[in-house]
Amino acid sequence: MTQTGTVRQNSRHAALGISDEKAVAMYEIMKLARMYDERGQLLQRAGKINFHISGITQEPSQTAMAFAMDRERDWFLPYYRDYALVLSVGMTVKELMLSIFAKAEDPNSAGRQMPGHFGCRRLRIVTGSSPVTTQVPHAVGFALAAKMRGEDAVSIVSFGEGSSNQGDFHEGLNFAGVQKLPVVFVCQNNQYAISVPFSKQSAGKIADRAIGYGFPGYRVDGNDPLEVYRVVKEARERAAAGEGPTLIEIMTYRVTAHSTSDNDLAYRTKEEVEIHKAKDGIPVYRRYLTELGLWSDEKEDELTRRLRAMIDEATEYAEKAPFQPPEDSFRYVYAEEGEAR
Amino acid sequence: MPVIEYIEAIRLAMKEEMERDPEVFVMGEDVGLKGGVFGTTKGLQQQFGEDRALDTPLAESAIAGVAIGAAMAGMKPIAEMQYSDFMFPATNQIISEAAKIRYRSNNDWSCPIVIRAPIGGGVFGGLYHSQCPESVFFGTPGLKIVAPSTAYDAKGLLKAAIRDPDPVLFFENKKCYRLVADEVPEEDYTVPIGKSKVMREGGDITVIGYSMPLHFAMQAAEELSREEGVEAHVLDLRTLQPLDRAGILEAAAKTGKVLIVHEDNKTGGVGAEVAAIIAEELLYDLDAPIRRLCGPDVPAMPINPPGEKHFLLNKEKLKSAMLELARF
Repeated sequence: MTQTGTVRQNSRHAALGISDEKAVAMYEIMKLARMYDERGQLLQRAGKINFHISGITQEPSQTAMAFAMDRERDWFLPYYRDYALVLSVGMTVKELMLSIFAKAEDPNSAGRQMPGHFGCRRLRIVTGSSPVTTQVPHAVGFALAAKMRGEDAVSIVSFGEGSSNQGDFHEGLNFAGVQKLPVVFVCQNNQYAISVPFSKQSAGKIADRAIGYGFPGYRVDGNDPLEVYRVVKEARERAAAGEGPTLIEIMTYRVTAHSTSDNDLAYRTKEEVEIHKAKDGIPVYRRYLTELGLWSDEKEDELTRRLRAMIDEATEYAEKAPFQPPEDSFRYVYAEEGEAR
Repeated sequence: MPVIEYIEAIRLAMKEEMERDPEVFVMGEDVGLKGGVFGTTKGLQQQFGEDRALDTPLAESAIAGVAIGAAMAGMKPIAEMQYSDFMFPATNQIISEAAKIRYRSNNDWSCPIVIRAPIGGGVFGGLYHSQCPESVFFGTPGLKIVAPSTAYDAKGLLKAAIRDPDPVLFFENKKCYRLVADEVPEEDYTVPIGKSKVMREGGDITVIGYSMPLHFAMQAAEELSREEGVEAHVLDLRTLQPLDRAGILEAAAKTGKVLIVHEDNKTGGVGAEVAAIIAEELLYDLDAPIRRLCGPDVPAMPINPPGEKHFLLNKEKLKSAMLELARF
C-alpha cells in the first residue's frame, strides 16, 4: 500500500495537480462518451434515429480539455464531435439522448438542430451551428466581454483541421492576438475533413499558424490525455494572467466514418484505420490507472454495467419523450412579448 | 427643438446609449481614434476609452462574429461595417449565426447586436462604395432591419435597436449624413421598430419607400401640389423587417394608386414584397397597377458622373412617375 502511495505521488497526474479521484473521473467520462457514441451508431443503424456523428478516439483529449478549464467560470464553444467535452462540463447522457432523438426536452435545441450541435446556457456551453468555424470569432467575443467586464473567465473553442482553413479561423485568431484576449483555440486534427486527408488541407502544421498571430501554438498527442491536460491548463493560466491566447493542435485520428451518412472505405483503407484503432488512448489510460492501483478489472466491470444501465435508461426515456409540438416551431424567431433578453 | 444633421443624430444615439448602459460599446474599422471615416463615432473613444470605441483589424467577419460572441455573453455591441458594400464577408455570421441564435437554441441564447452599415450612392463611390444591400438580408427571419430617412428617426431607431433583444441591421444612408437635418428633441426617446410613418398626407397617389429617395418624393410632392394640384400621400417604411403590414395597407387604401420607391435594385427588392402585400389584401381596391421606381438591375452604379446620375433616383424621376400614376 505504502509503495502504491509513493508511486501515486510521483505519478504524472499528481505532478499536474490532478487528484486520484479526478484522474478516475476523467476515465469514467471517456468511457461514458465512448459507450454513448457506440449506442448512437447502433440506434442509427437500427433506424431509431436519423443521424449520428461520432467522436470516437477523440474522447481522451476532449475530456482533458474540459478538466483543464474552470468549469464554473469558463465558456465552452465545442464543435460537433465534442461529446466527451460536453459530458465533462455537465451535460447528461439523458440530455444527449434527447438531442439525438430530437425531442422537446433536449436542452441544446429542443430537437430543432442536428445532434452534435451543442448549446446550454446553464452549463456555459455556447450554441453552435453547422457552417464550420463560425464559433471561433464567437469565442473571441466571449473573451472580449470577459476582459471588458474584468471577469476571470476564459473561453475555449474547438474545431477541426479542415475548419482551420476558413477565414473565421484566421480573423478570429488575429483579433484575439491583437487584443491579447483570454481564449484557448483547440484544433482537433483528426486527419480527415470528410474524405479529404490532412495532406490536401494544409501544407504545414496548424499549430505553427499561431506564430503569425503573435502567440504560441503547440502540437500535442491526443491519445495522451495527461499531456493534453498539461498544455490546455498552461494555456488557461496564460489567458487568465492577461498574457493572451494559445493555439493547440491536438493530433488524433477519426476512426469512424465522417457521419452515419458517409462510407469512409471509399477513400481510405481498413488497414489504415486499424493502425489507428490500435493507438486508442482509452485502454492506454486504463492501463496507466491500473498500474497505479487506481483501477481494476472489477472496477471496469462495475463501471461498464453502471454506464450501460444509464445509457439504456436514457435511450428509453428519450425514445418515449414527446417531440416539440409543430406549432411551437414558430416560436422564438424573436424575443416574445415582455422578454428582456 | 434643435435641428441637427442625420449623422449627428446617429452619433448622439450611440453616445447617449453608451452613457446610459456600460454594456453598450462600438467596434469596427477606424471607429476609435479617427472617429469613423464619415465621422459617425467622433469623440466616442475620447469619452469612453479604447475598449468601448474599439478599433478592430480590417476583417468584417470577425467584426460581426466577435460582436455576436460578446452579445451572447451579455454585452450590447454596435458593430460598424465601414460601407455596406464590405459587409458581405460577414454575411455568414449575420445570416447563419446572429439571425438563428435564439431560434436554434429554443430561446436559451440570444444575440442583442446592432450592425450599422452605410448604404446608398451619389458620393462618386463607384461600384463598391455605393450599394444598397438590403435585399440580401431582407427575408431572413430572425433579423430586424431598419433604414431611417430623417435625423429624428435615425436617433430614435438606433436607440430602439440598441435596446432591442434581437439582432438589428441599421442601414444608414451616407448621402443623408450631411444633407438631411431636422428637429430632434434633446430628451431621451425611441422610435418603435416595425412601425411606418406618414410623412405627408394626400388623397391622389400613395408613395411608399424608405431612406434617401423619400426626400425626392417629398420635394416632388410639393411641386406637384403647387403645379398640378396632385396630392401625394407619402409613407416612410422606416423598418424593412418586420414590415408594417397595417401601415402599408392603410396608406395604399387611402388613394388606390401606389408607387414604391427605393435605391436598391428593382428585382427582388423590398418593394416587391410591399407590392405583394398590397396585391394579397387590396387588389380590388386599386385604381391603377402598382408601380415601382427603383435602382436599375445592373450590378452597381458607375463612378463616372453621367453614369452615376443616370443610375440614381432624383426629384425629376419621382415627379414624372408620380404624375403619370396620378393621371392613370
